[in-house]
Amino acid sequence: MNVQAIVKRIIKQLVRDKRSMALMLMAPIFVITLLWLVLDMDAYEPTIAVTDIPEHMSIALEDGDAEILEMTETGGKEALENETADAHIILEGETLHVTMEGSDSLATTAVQRIINQATEGINKQPFSLEIDFLHGSTDLNMFDHVGPVLIGFFVFFFTFIIGGVSFLRERTQGTLERLLATPLKRWQIVIGYLIGFGLFILLQSVLVTIYSVYVLGMYMEGAIIEVLIIALLLAVSALSLGTLLSAYAKNEFQMIQFIPIIIVPQVFFAGIFHVESVAWMEAIGKIMPLYYGGNALSEIMLRGGHLVDIWSDIAVLAAFSFVFILLNIFALKRHRAL
Amino acid sequence: MTYIELSDIQHYYKQEQVLRNVALEIPKGQLFGLLGPSGSGKTTLVKIMIGLLEPKKGEVLVNQVPMPSLEAMQHIGYMAQSDALYNELTARENLDFFASLYKMKKKDRSKRIEEVAAMVDLTKHLDKTVEHFSGGMKRRMSLAVALIHEPDLLILDEPTVGIDPVLRDSIWSDLKKLQQQGTTIVITTHVMDEAEKCNQLGLLRDGYIIAQGSPDELRKQSETSTLEAAFLYYGQQKSEV
Repeated sequence: MNVQAIVKRIIKQLVRDKRSMALMLMAPIFVITLLWLVLDMDAYEPTIAVTDIPEHMSIALEDGDAEILEMTETGGKEALENETADAHIILEGETLHVTMEGSDSLATTAVQRIINQATEGINKQPFSLEIDFLHGSTDLNMFDHVGPVLIGFFVFFFTFIIGGVSFLRERTQGTLERLLATPLKRWQIVIGYLIGFGLFILLQSVLVTIYSVYVLGMYMEGAIIEVLIIALLLAVSALSLGTLLSAYAKNEFQMIQFIPIIIVPQVFFAGIFHVESVAWMEAIGKIMPLYYGGNALSEIMLRGGHLVDIWSDIAVLAAFSFVFILLNIFALKRHRAL
Repeated sequence: MTYIELSDIQHYYKQEQVLRNVALEIPKGQLFGLLGPSGSGKTTLVKIMIGLLEPKKGEVLVNQVPMPSLEAMQHIGYMAQSDALYNELTARENLDFFASLYKMKKKDRSKRIEEVAAMVDLTKHLDKTVEHFSGGMKRRMSLAVALIHEPDLLILDEPTVGIDPVLRDSIWSDLKKLQQQGTTIVITTHVMDEAEKCNQLGLLRDGYIIAQGSPDELRKQSETSTLEAAFLYYGQQKSEV
């Protein structure tokens, strides 16, 4: 009953605070759309200046989606200087001499890829090549790859901030002390917060997931409901961590300072970047909730995994939340011994 | 019958001692005033009474129950020095929220909300959000929250700061009325003419109770004509000891 009163109050407060509501619901949609625009674009098509190369080579390059400019040797050099071409190819005797513009790594890689393809096509391979996919397809691009982790990140980030700041304000405006002057038990405050914000986070997760999958066409092999369950688990850990850390912030500004310390590093360990080769980085990742959340979401969305396949991630996320909640209840002892 | 009993209370924040050997007995139905300058330990003492703070040494009994006790808190109304209200909510929603924390039934809640709102003269503003309230209205709102569950013990920490004289007068007459109904009231203040209205006073300085008694007794014993002079007299005596 007490928990219910707190849940009701939090919902009322959030509904009144239109801007925070909009931040929670619309900001993830906005940011994920921007990321989609950037990451879901077709591969970069480089412009290559060529001088005296054989006809079939030129055709092979064009087949590799490069724009070919026939030029003289000096013309090619000028094109590189003026950045109108990404590379300049000259045939010198038996050698293909390639000069890269070189300041844009993306363009350089694209040119290299196209030249490799073109030369391979010319020197016929002894085997024919056929590629099958266990998961995904050739269409799986960067946006699909980072998508699941992004969904996890948004849930974690916004829950951490809004939950943490709300709890902080409860303390600084004196209402926390006032609450504790009633017969309310400490755990009832913590659980009330979890449920109250949990409802909004569920709404946020549904919105972000549905939008990403059905509007932006993010790759999705698994079940939406399972994605939501993981998102909610992740949110509980974010909320309990946010409210816990708010005890160590004097004001909203100090709460914001936790973002670069707590939130941003998690992105680096959550599976967007491959850190397996650096042992210590992987070890650090394992103490972060987003590592498990990101892993679980990728498993469901990219590889069609089910909850049983990722039970260990679920168990760790639940353990994080459980520990944070207990610490939260304990931290409230500072305000009332009982 | 003694309602609040404090024995040998000592409290420190870090190294700094804020309460030293405080002992008090407040009978049921009394209007007890804690008078002292800011920094004298009034708020700390009040928080110990309601069980928000546990003293480093000593014992607190409220209605024979050792504090802190959730059961005892059910019967205590508390008005903090700063207004602890939810600004996004209306006055009615604030009151309803606190009422439900005291496990009041829904029907009793809405009736009681009207009663306390009338008492602090906020009936017209019940459905306004608190962020639009003036400072004085917020003070009255805080008092209404403290009264919402008809507590047996009312603890008010500087309740009349920022309230205009007319309203202050009406709040005092409300407090007197509550007292007649049997409510025990503890009030902290640093305003002498308010102290004058209390049955009993405890003079607090630097964490000591330097004197205790009714306003008349305190004046008589110190052979002074005003409470202010009496306070200075007892303060001097203490520092000589």
